[in-house]
Amino acid sequence: MVRTAIVPVGPQHAAFLEPFHLKLKVEEETVVGAEMSFGYNHRGMEHALAQDFKRSQYLCERVCGICSYHHASAYCQAMEDLYGLVVPDRAKFVRIIMMECQRLTSHLLALGHMAETIGYENLFMQFFREREEFMMLVNRVSGGRVHYSMNTIGGLRKDVTPDQLKDIALTVDRLEPKLLDLQAIVRKDPTMRKRLIGVGRLTKEDALDWCAVGPTIRGSGLEDDVRSHGFSGYGLDGVDFKPIVYQEGDCYARTMVRMDEVIQSLDLIRQALNLMKEGEVQTKFKGNPPAKEGYGRVEAPRGELMYWVRGKNEVQLDRIKLRTPALVNIPAVNAMIRGCRVADVPCITVSVDPCICCTDR
Amino acid sequence: MRSDAAVRSPWILHFDTGSCNGCDLEVWALLTPRYDVERFGMVNKANPKHADVLLITGPVSLKAAPRLKALYEQTPEPKVVIACGDCASNGVPFYDCYNVCGGIDQVVPVDLYVPGCSCRPEAIMDAVVQGIELWRKKVSGQ
Repeated sequence: MVRTAIVPVGPQHAAFLEPFHLKLKVEEETVVGAEMSFGYNHRGMEHALAQDFKRSQYLCERVCGICSYHHASAYCQAMEDLYGLVVPDRAKFVRIIMMECQRLTSHLLALGHMAETIGYENLFMQFFREREEFMMLVNRVSGGRVHYSMNTIGGLRKDVTPDQLKDIALTVDRLEPKLLDLQAIVRKDPTMRKRLIGVGRLTKEDALDWCAVGPTIRGSGLEDDVRSHGFSGYGLDGVDFKPIVYQEGDCYARTMVRMDEVIQSLDLIRQALNLMKEGEVQTKFKGNPPAKEGYGRVEAPRGELMYWVRGKNEVQLDRIKLRTPALVNIPAVNAMIRGCRVADVPCITVSVDPCICCTDR
Repeated sequence: MRSDAAVRSPWILHFDTGSCNGCDLEVWALLTPRYDVERFGMVNKANPKHADVLLITGPVSLKAAPRLKALYEQTPEPKVVIACGDCASNGVPFYDCYNVCGGIDQVVPVDLYVPGCSCRPEAIMDAVVQGIELWRKKVSGQ
């Protein structure tokens, strides 16, 4: 008779960067269920963000350091919606460029983390070497490696210079062949394929049931990308975007979605650079947020990120609510993990790119 | 029982107590080709019982505080604690959040503080090198 045993993992564990607790129910080598507990990273950001709407412009970047610019953009979009501001086109294009740069750093981190999880140290180092180039690029453009602090309500804090734009174009051209090489490795390498194909399958129905977003749902054959709805600059004339979808729904499909999106991001940066024109980068506004509601959403590296705000004619906001992509993707691990081997659990967890600071806030 | 070889190669334990991941990313950047902290003899280990240097990030959320204390107690003496980032040093920018203790030193004693939000890899590397020196002094009993 097979007995059910419980294996606790975390909150401090080698396979995870961040603290969360996982209770695996196993029968010999097979996982029959999982229980997760969160809250190690809970700081109370929704309360802190509602205290001062101007301070929140930089505080919302501190919700998550991996997708900080996406948080800032989503918050600014929500506030612009509340004030009824129209953002200049140039600011929108700069937002596209910086968002795609951050998507590159985030996806290369996720891919490197995946390579490390399956024990492929060499590939991990290669991904991180290219990622460092982009970290230095955003540092040269914005002045920060992790938190850019470029956004403000109504546009950008300051314009980017022609030299910086040239720098971005040159870096993208220089790194494209290297990233294409890495794409070929992920596509063909037997280590990656053997370890990831067929592992942690998430069917289309399960993906919908668990409300997965981002690369997790796009790896299960569903076209769900906020960028195709055209928020911010993505809806402007001339920007050509098509979501990347894989049908298989396993860890390999999710990894390939990220890998292909890295190449797609380079293309989007180029498009934005070509379409950009001279002009204003900020629309001015006056006064405290009126008693209205504002709504903003962006496609963060992990999926749809939503901010909702309500003002009350004071410096404080009446309420701010944020729904982060990791919050819905991590529970979807429950559907993937059932019936897998214990050795595959880190792969499956990493394949949804968990971000505990987003989840707990 | 510490040999001469052990003095040359202290091991790190990295723990996130509720940071925004910014400093954790920079800790990861340290382990990768550009910064490569391994050339100073440091290796990242996940086991507190193997660790000599604790690299802690985050303002310490109330739920993570007992865990941090447990990790500190499990690490054998002598040990060096490095607080990475502004929020680990004194709780800023999360100073008025209801669920944070406000800095690592509210929970465990800290030897070195790294400034910056998020702190730059060069700053962490500087702290790590100073931490190695401090740890060697502690080992030799000075």
